[in-house]
Amino acid sequence: MSAYFQDYLTVGVFAALGVMLVMMMLGVAAVLRPHHPNRTKLMPYECGVDPVGSGWDQSHVRYYIFGLLFVIFDVEAIFVFPWAIMAEELGTFGLVAIIAFILTLLEGLAYAVKKGVLRWE
Amino acid sequence: MDAIDLLIVVARVVVVFALLLVVTLLNVWLERKIVADMQNRIGPDRAGPFGILQTLADGMKLFFKEQVTPRKVELGVYLLAPFLAVIPALLTFMVVPWGRPIEIAGRVVPLQGTDLNIGLLFILAMSSVGVYAVVMAGWSSGSKYPLLGGVRATAQAISYEAAMGLSMVAVVMFTATAGDGGTLSLAEIVARQQGSWGDALGIPALGWIPRWNLFPELVAFGIFLIAAVAETNRAPFDLVEAEQELVGGFHTEYSGIRFAMFFLAEYINIFTMSAIATTLFLGGWNGPTWEGTVPAVVSAVLPTVWFLVKTYAIILVFFWVRATLPRLRYDQLMQLGWKRLIPGAFVWLILSTVVIGIRQFGWPWT
Amino acid sequence: MVELVLFVITAVAALAGAVTVVTARNPVHSAMGLFGTLFSLAVIYVVNLAHLVAAVQVIVYAGAVMTLFLFVIMLIGVDKAEDTSEHLPRQRTLVAVLGAAVGLVVVALIVSGRFVWVPAGGGDVEIPNGTVQAVAEPLFTTWILAFEVTALLLTIAAAGAIALAYFKRGLIREEHE
Repeated sequence: MSAYFQDYLTVGVFAALGVMLVMMMLGVAAVLRPHHPNRTKLMPYECGVDPVGSGWDQSHVRYYIFGLLFVIFDVEAIFVFPWAIMAEELGTFGLVAIIAFILTLLEGLAYAVKKGVLRWE
Repeated sequence: MDAIDLLIVVARVVVVFALLLVVTLLNVWLERKIVADMQNRIGPDRAGPFGILQTLADGMKLFFKEQVTPRKVELGVYLLAPFLAVIPALLTFMVVPWGRPIEIAGRVVPLQGTDLNIGLLFILAMSSVGVYAVVMAGWSSGSKYPLLGGVRATAQAISYEAAMGLSMVAVVMFTATAGDGGTLSLAEIVARQQGSWGDALGIPALGWIPRWNLFPELVAFGIFLIAAVAETNRAPFDLVEAEQELVGGFHTEYSGIRFAMFFLAEYINIFTMSAIATTLFLGGWNGPTWEGTVPAVVSAVLPTVWFLVKTYAIILVFFWVRATLPRLRYDQLMQLGWKRLIPGAFVWLILSTVVIGIRQFGWPWT
Repeated sequence: MVELVLFVITAVAALAGAVTVVTARNPVHSAMGLFGTLFSLAVIYVVNLAHLVAAVQVIVYAGAVMTLFLFVIMLIGVDKAEDTSEHLPRQRTLVAVLGAAVGLVVVALIVSGRFVWVPAGGGDVEIPNGTVQAVAEPLFTTWILAFEVTALLLTIAAAGAIALAYFKRGLIREEHE
């Protein structure tokens, strides 16, 4: 088996161990803990008063904007990583390319700031 | 791969696992004690000497607590969320080297869970998986406060993750242009920080300054640290569980040991983030080992000690910040992320790029 | 052998996730299914020695894009009843015909012996210091135009989303009062 697979196998073993730990703790607790449910106890918690309406509701559209901006900057960071590693070999050409790339994306952020969608009122 | 190799792999996994759990027990106690001292209180002092067993006692107690599963929960997702919180938290520490490679039975054993080639990207990947736990827990509870807390937490986490990624890029770029080629492996990044700036720059007067990335990448370090505090949902960025407005946030409807899972994940994340900051900026396990003047065992253990000392220095900053700063308002939090940290990281990145360009290819007008 | 076992497990997981996406009644369950599919694909990439692609898969798709989907679901409101009336007439018949055609092609491929279950290669190949360098080289030389256009595309996406979601401040405040 190559070193490569050995590395990722270790990750897999570790994840399996983590799953086992959580299951074990939940399992032990399931044996030890009391279980006396009643109607009031099983109500969704709203600071002691009876819950009003459904627990699920619409969220604000601005979360969507933040989500989209995050996609953009996440993709950007991912693209900059390969360049950062090869920065020396890629030389001036790569340098100009990456600065153009970053500035283009900064424009998107600047537009968002200008439009005021990042302002949280 | 023979039996000894396999044994070493298992040993590494088990040691990392044990380290994380012990450190978590210790950190919860340490935080309570230190914050208590800062606020002129005594803190836990009943269980064991200085109350050091308090966390253990609290953990045991949670095993005996009833688990209330409210009627309105989406059971499948609700039960899955604690797993998704703990497992990415554990896995992230896998790629952090916590000591100098040692030699056992003629084999060089790196003191690290596993040295992935894409170590830094693995960290980012795990932290984006970790976000799911919060959003799933919040949504599946079928209650208003958890839902609000979950959505808020997700927006916060993604805002600061972008800034964190960009500050990591700065480190990678700096490492790549130092002459030995680029790398994303954390073990390599630590190895590149050996020696002193005096030797690296050829100025003997600076021989006492260790060659940490902290000095050239000070701005990136600041951005990383702020983003790390926000990523782990710690005060002053603990909007996620702002008691006054959201009760417990996304884990309001979790009780007993299931709640403990989220708590465990949070404290593992604090330790891991500090360890990553140490690795990227503070030279990881690098430090004087006094080879030859002290027994070989001592100089083999010293790097791990240095690693822990540096990591705890950063953890103490976490605690200190928590005891000092009041919580931000949500709009302030988002403003800080999007209008200060991300543009700041960008400007820093472009500046470093230009500096590197000049160093490599000379001034444009010459 | 290890690859085959891993492939079968992750492929089944990916398919199960995909089926969940289509069949789940609750949009959040669909999103979870999609997450499962994307994550299983990442594992398949790792098995195929493409660990950079795997990391990108998890960070961008399973991380960022899925978070965006979840925000959209939360925005719509999860408990809203879904409109299940079918607007495309005869779509069931069409799907059945297309499905049968695809199935026939697959069977034909297997029968004619042109389909290989697990392609050769991979396995014990040593990676020369990671695939990241291997990706960076062509990305910043051969495909530089596509790379810059990506930036433009992302910026346009941001502008579009902002234009769509742009709201007048006054209106919002009135609603809250």
